[in-house]
Amino acid sequence: MSRIKEAFNNKKAFIPFVTCGDPDIETTKAIVKEMVKNKADLIELGIPFSDPTAEGPTIQGANLRALTGGVNKEKIFNMVRELRNDEGITVPLVFMTYANVVFSYGAEDFFKICNEIGVDGVILPDLPFEEKEEFEEVSEKYGVDLISLIAPTSAGRIAMIAKEAKGFIYIVSSLGVTGMRSAITTDVASIVKVVKENTDVPCAIGFGISTPEQAKKMSESADGVIVGSAIVKIIEKYGKDSIEHVGKFVKDMKDSIS
Amino acid sequence: MSEKKGRFGIHGGQYIPETLMNAVIELEEAYNHYKDDPDFNRELNELLNNYANRPSGLYYAKKLTRELGGAKIYLKREDLNHTGAHKINNVLGQALLAKKMGKTRLIAETGAGQHGVATATAAALLDMECVVFMGEEDTKRQALNVYRMKLLGADVIPVTTGTATLKDAVSEAMREWTSRIDDTHYCLGSVMGPHPFPIIVRDFQAVISKEIKEQMLEAEGKLPDAVIACVGGGSNAIGSFYNFIEDKEVRLIGCEAAGRGIDTFETAATINTGKLGIFHGMKSYFCQDDEGQIAPVYSISAGLDYPGIGPEHAWLHDIGRAEYVAITDDEAVEAFEFLSRTEGIIPAIESSHAVAYAMKIAPKMDKDKVIVITISGRGDKDVAAIARYRGENIYE
Repeated sequence: MSRIKEAFNNKKAFIPFVTCGDPDIETTKAIVKEMVKNKADLIELGIPFSDPTAEGPTIQGANLRALTGGVNKEKIFNMVRELRNDEGITVPLVFMTYANVVFSYGAEDFFKICNEIGVDGVILPDLPFEEKEEFEEVSEKYGVDLISLIAPTSAGRIAMIAKEAKGFIYIVSSLGVTGMRSAITTDVASIVKVVKENTDVPCAIGFGISTPEQAKKMSESADGVIVGSAIVKIIEKYGKDSIEHVGKFVKDMKDSIS
Repeated sequence: MSEKKGRFGIHGGQYIPETLMNAVIELEEAYNHYKDDPDFNRELNELLNNYANRPSGLYYAKKLTRELGGAKIYLKREDLNHTGAHKINNVLGQALLAKKMGKTRLIAETGAGQHGVATATAAALLDMECVVFMGEEDTKRQALNVYRMKLLGADVIPVTTGTATLKDAVSEAMREWTSRIDDTHYCLGSVMGPHPFPIIVRDFQAVISKEIKEQMLEAEGKLPDAVIACVGGGSNAIGSFYNFIEDKEVRLIGCEAAGRGIDTFETAATINTGKLGIFHGMKSYFCQDDEGQIAPVYSISAGLDYPGIGPEHAWLHDIGRAEYVAITDDEAVEAFEFLSRTEGIIPAIESSHAVAYAMKIAPKMDKDKVIVITISGRGDKDVAAIARYRGENIYE
């Protein structure tokens, strides 16, 4: 069983996100370890991009802080390598970044190194179904799942996307960009229903989820819950001292869906 | 050229969030339906002719020709369009299309403010809501245009992220579109972004080269030897080139903004300094660093201050059909002043980049050769900024 599949095996997966290098790579590494300690099932690692067009102000801020702090892909790859080799971290890790970050590195080299260091999947919010052939062949060659996204506006496209999905499906809960929302009004259950009719690949919901109550509600229809901005907010507030705060948040969220 | 999935060679495509996919598919379907619809075209042509003042003149610049002492120079006067630039050609088309699609709200990005003003104008005329995103830096450089948009009933949102210029305005408009699609059309101002925008905008701007061709045959009985236009995203340039692409003997020359020089970091010359990448919905050339981070570009001209170029230009460059040259701030400002003095025409600082290149090559060309420079916009908006560039403290 692949690491990603295992994360969803007989349980609801809690998937926290962190922007690598915000505020520095050492803090990110400590945060990832703390997330694992608090039972995160899969972790999304953001590789910062100068112009993150799918992100709201919170994660935009994290990208800016990370880039200003001087993080780059080599440092991020090294961190993952250390987490896998020295720290014995076995939870699945997926990169979340933008198409140009992969393209400029060279897709072949990027997915090759993902395979070498133990990154299980890659999420690219600016790579829709119609363009996935850009990276599909190399991602399959190196056994790294290219994660598909489904949005509230995906009517008529859900089956098509689900049928070819790999790893897990990222269901975008709301219109707009990432960020915390007081209410999520999308009928997630009906999207999940179509997904389930077309694939066994698990689906996790993200965008706008920030409280245990929201996480619990969302986990009733999906296989997992993704939380980004709420964690980035904690890091924004506490910086290098955010590790324990993030840990507690992850624990509360995980408990709410267990 | 393959137009499957909006590709120009390897360039183009639809690199956008899934949230927007149905919106661009719906737009493509609507465009394909209306583009050959006689009623739609009648309505659009009526607006272009009676409201926007088309066709724009092709003016023989006798004094400029004499001063430069070489090729005969004609100016395509897009500056005389209503709202003062070529931008209105595309906006009227897209606004009318959006209206037919049942949209009630237009959003747009703007750099110099010309596209924002044009969008606000069309929104006022067609009773639509309008929100314009403009880099905060540009709201300062082009304060008059900000007020103009407000006067026309638009909301102007200053964008403070990134470099607070055109690229950030595009990003913010895309973000806004993902949050409100049902009633909103993103009226993209250049031949960039995801398919079908590069094709839609090009088709609406192609009227420029269609007219140049007719007017030139009328005036000179032959095609021009060169067509010169400035390039940011590249809408006035593609409009000026499009109907000449098959006429191989016509040189097509796009003038990029070199800013303080292509050997400096303060430049926006994408073809001359950028490399292949994926950004803002398209594969094309972008100014970027080794890590794939989009570069903070610079030009005196807010309208050319963009790190990418439309995919059709990238393709025309690849196949060698069009040439892309870089013009510095200094050269553009000199051209701005030179055209003002010789012809009594104050060109936009964007268009001045095209004038500057004509000033370089015209003297070396024979007198029986003919150059067309597209004056994409008028320079009134730039007067205060140029005065400051020359050390005179004028406030708008």
